[in-house]
Amino acid sequence: MSNQEESKVTTAEATVTLVKKSHRFSGKSLLSFPYILWMGAFIIIPLIMVVYYGLTSKTSNGFTLENLKLIADPINQRALFLSLKLSLISTLVCLLLAYPLALILKSMKLKSNSFVVLVMILPMWMNFLLRTIAWQNILENNGIINTVLKALNLPTINIINTPTAIVLGMVYNFLPFMILPIYNTLAKVDDNVINAARDLGANSFTTFRKIIFPLSIPGVISGITMVFVPSLTTFVISNILGGSKIVLIGNVIEQQFQKVGNWHAGSGLSLVLMVFILISMAILAKYDKETEGTNVW
Amino acid sequence: MVKKISQKVYVGLVMIFLYAPILVLIVLSFNKSKSRSKWGGFTLDWYKSLFQNEEIMSALYTTLIIAFLSALIATVIGTAASIGINHMRKVPKTILMGITNIPMLNADIVTGISLMLLFVAVNFTLGFKSVLIAHITFNIPYVILSVMPKLKQTNKNTYEAALDLGASPISAFFKVVLPDILPGVFSGFLLAFTMSLDDFIITHFTRGAAVNTLSTKIYAETRKGIKPEMYALSTLLFLSVLILLILINRRNDSIEKKRNSVALAPSK
Amino acid sequence: MKKSKLFVALLLVCTLVFSACGSKEDKGNNSNQGNGQENTGNNGSSGNGSSNKGSGEVYVYNWGEYIDREVIDMFEEETGIKVIYNEFELNEDMYPIIKTGAVNYDVVCPSDYMIEKMIQEDLLAEINYDNIPNIANIDETYLKTAENFDPGNKFSVPYCWGTVGILYNKTMVDGPIDSWSALFDEKYKNEILMIDSVRDAFMVALTYLGYDQNTTNEEELNAARDLLKEQYPLVQAYVVDQVRDKMIGEEAALGVIYSGEAIYTQRENENLEYVVPKEGSNVWIDGWVIPKNSQNKENAEAWINFMCRPDIALKNFEYITYSTPNKAARDLIEDEDIKNSQVAFPEPSVLERCKSFKYLGEEMENLYVNKWNEVKY
Repeated sequence: MSNQEESKVTTAEATVTLVKKSHRFSGKSLLSFPYILWMGAFIIIPLIMVVYYGLTSKTSNGFTLENLKLIADPINQRALFLSLKLSLISTLVCLLLAYPLALILKSMKLKSNSFVVLVMILPMWMNFLLRTIAWQNILENNGIINTVLKALNLPTINIINTPTAIVLGMVYNFLPFMILPIYNTLAKVDDNVINAARDLGANSFTTFRKIIFPLSIPGVISGITMVFVPSLTTFVISNILGGSKIVLIGNVIEQQFQKVGNWHAGSGLSLVLMVFILISMAILAKYDKETEGTNVW
Repeated sequence: MVKKISQKVYVGLVMIFLYAPILVLIVLSFNKSKSRSKWGGFTLDWYKSLFQNEEIMSALYTTLIIAFLSALIATVIGTAASIGINHMRKVPKTILMGITNIPMLNADIVTGISLMLLFVAVNFTLGFKSVLIAHITFNIPYVILSVMPKLKQTNKNTYEAALDLGASPISAFFKVVLPDILPGVFSGFLLAFTMSLDDFIITHFTRGAAVNTLSTKIYAETRKGIKPEMYALSTLLFLSVLILLILINRRNDSIEKKRNSVALAPSK
Repeated sequence: MKKSKLFVALLLVCTLVFSACGSKEDKGNNSNQGNGQENTGNNGSSGNGSSNKGSGEVYVYNWGEYIDREVIDMFEEETGIKVIYNEFELNEDMYPIIKTGAVNYDVVCPSDYMIEKMIQEDLLAEINYDNIPNIANIDETYLKTAENFDPGNKFSVPYCWGTVGILYNKTMVDGPIDSWSALFDEKYKNEILMIDSVRDAFMVALTYLGYDQNTTNEEELNAARDLLKEQYPLVQAYVVDQVRDKMIGEEAALGVIYSGEAIYTQRENENLEYVVPKEGSNVWIDGWVIPKNSQNKENAEAWINFMCRPDIALKNFEYITYSTPNKAARDLIEDEDIKNSQVAFPEPSVLERCKSFKYLGEEMENLYVNKWNEVKY
């Protein structure tokens, strides 16, 4: 609004107001100064450190690409591809589970959004490691599911320590991060718009395809990122539910730091991982024109 | 009708999926056997020994202190930053918001590692302070992303008007701007608090030796078997939050109903 | 508006929970705990050395569940030295921490071959035995064994020792097990818990194949790797300490385990039996060492001395059930069954077929790690 008005005033006046404005607001911009310092010191510089470590090595001086080349090692490559595969599957499963749920929740017309937020956030008050360990109890050979199946004389399942268990762990841990953004965007869709579409003769499928889904895309995008990135990089879930039989790229990096003690190799692999994250962000950002500033990466 | 029922069933199934592990943990907290995989009868012993277990209590204390301090500091820095950023021109604004997104979208493992590399490089001993700094760092973006939308909704003119009417910038801020963005500030604080509480990976890399939060304590215990006191503590935490929320929600509902009839359009 | 109320509510919750816990802390018998924690952080970060000196602290880095926690309290009470206690799961987890100096520990408890490696890399400080009169309680035999990796016992004091063997569930296997071959037997598919530690895993394969567990012959290593690779589909999970819970819960029929864990699991589930296979196995000693970059060397020596006290060693033995090299402590054991337990204190004939690990040099070690990665990935 104020911008439009400004454009109408004469240039002289504009200069005056600009000077005034910049004077008045420079004080306010200063408020972000501690933040800029903080982020510089604790986000930018550390990332530069990762880049530096990733491009140097213990033995040779100067820059080297040897740490980045580690990803070509068949072992690491397998870990990376498995991570990509499992995280894509879990993202898809989350999406398929979350979208219908969000639609149903919207149709229930709950008194307040806060209820949904609550139900999704509440489990977080129980530590996620404990919750993941609880899945061991549920899935184990003598676990809860199998005990029930045995009692019913049904064949037992054997999914603990398999990729399936890891996908299940990922879906379980990150599902709320898919449900919430989708539900939030859906909740904002005005019922009148939907009714209008119906009145104009659209059937429910067309309404969904032309109205509801396009409006929910920002939520879907942010849901996908919030599930995909942590799934891609996890090492805890694969440790607990994979019985150390299945090695993901997160495990490889964690091992380089905590067990092998080769920080250069670990940083190099982290850099490769970041490239994959950036690529996926870039792809998603293409579909996401709506949200200003929130999903730049 | 069938549709309604199947919808309810679906929601129910997802809820079971989300809450089944929590139920398992609550049951385990009453298990007499120390082993996770054996039911040794019902007991309340772990609830008693929990309070004698100094290690768990001190981990809990550290966890809460770090969550509280990091959320508080992040809220102050983040709110100030939001106001500053909101008054910037487009280019620096975009850049800053981009940087804000890094810790949210970057992998936790990379954030943790990068901070560890920094602390070690400048000879800053890993401990309570390094964990606190790390938590503040990943918390600020949550605050900014909660405050920003509220800030955009506020009417700039009210602040100007307050200034024109002779209020000092500070009192104008507290009297005019802050009340408008308060919900965002609160939600930022809470989000930050919860995130800090639940974080393991970043703490894992930045904690060094002297500090244990509940997460890192549990991770260490996963190898030897979780001490049953931990289940008891989690159950207590979970149930107290649950009960308080139900109570407060109920009270709010009744207040809200009165309000709704007057001010707001009925949302049902 | 509604939202804001929710958040006020949530905030209330936080503060309530928070203050509730705070007050618990105050009521607790040792209310300084939390504050102590904070101070530690302050001390730790206010500089890398001087501030720690003489401030009455000792940074201990030990294996997980490898001490009776009461012993720590007793030490703190008797000496006034505050203990900052941390745990590791594997020698390989501990090593980089000490090497990089990420944390300055004062006293650490690695195994034999790791001690040898740390000595060679000049990471350890010589122990001043004037401060450790209780060394007299340690059985000569073990001091002698320790000379294999620490000539002259200059750098380490034995803490625990044991063998590596198979723990099996009598009800789940056909007849008693006495050979490593069971771990490679198709019929136990998905019932096997393999050890997730490079040297131990290779020890199993090498010994079974009739090779030396300290081999540096790549052919032999490749054969062992291929064997372990064949074993991969049979393995239910690779674990170290989790083997305990899983065996107690009868999740698997058999698993590789350290002898000390065996006694504990037998207490919880009487179907379990421990055996040192006939092909031979590994005998190990874990000892206390003091890293060079220790800031509180005298406190570290006080700690080691305390650990060698018979009553303390006994208390630890009863809690962790790992064999103690402390002869005075063993004499104090009242339960005859345990005192003469074949698991805790095996006969010489068992020990004769066991060997201990040697440090094989960095290059060889990397080769082991690489071969191990090829098994799993």
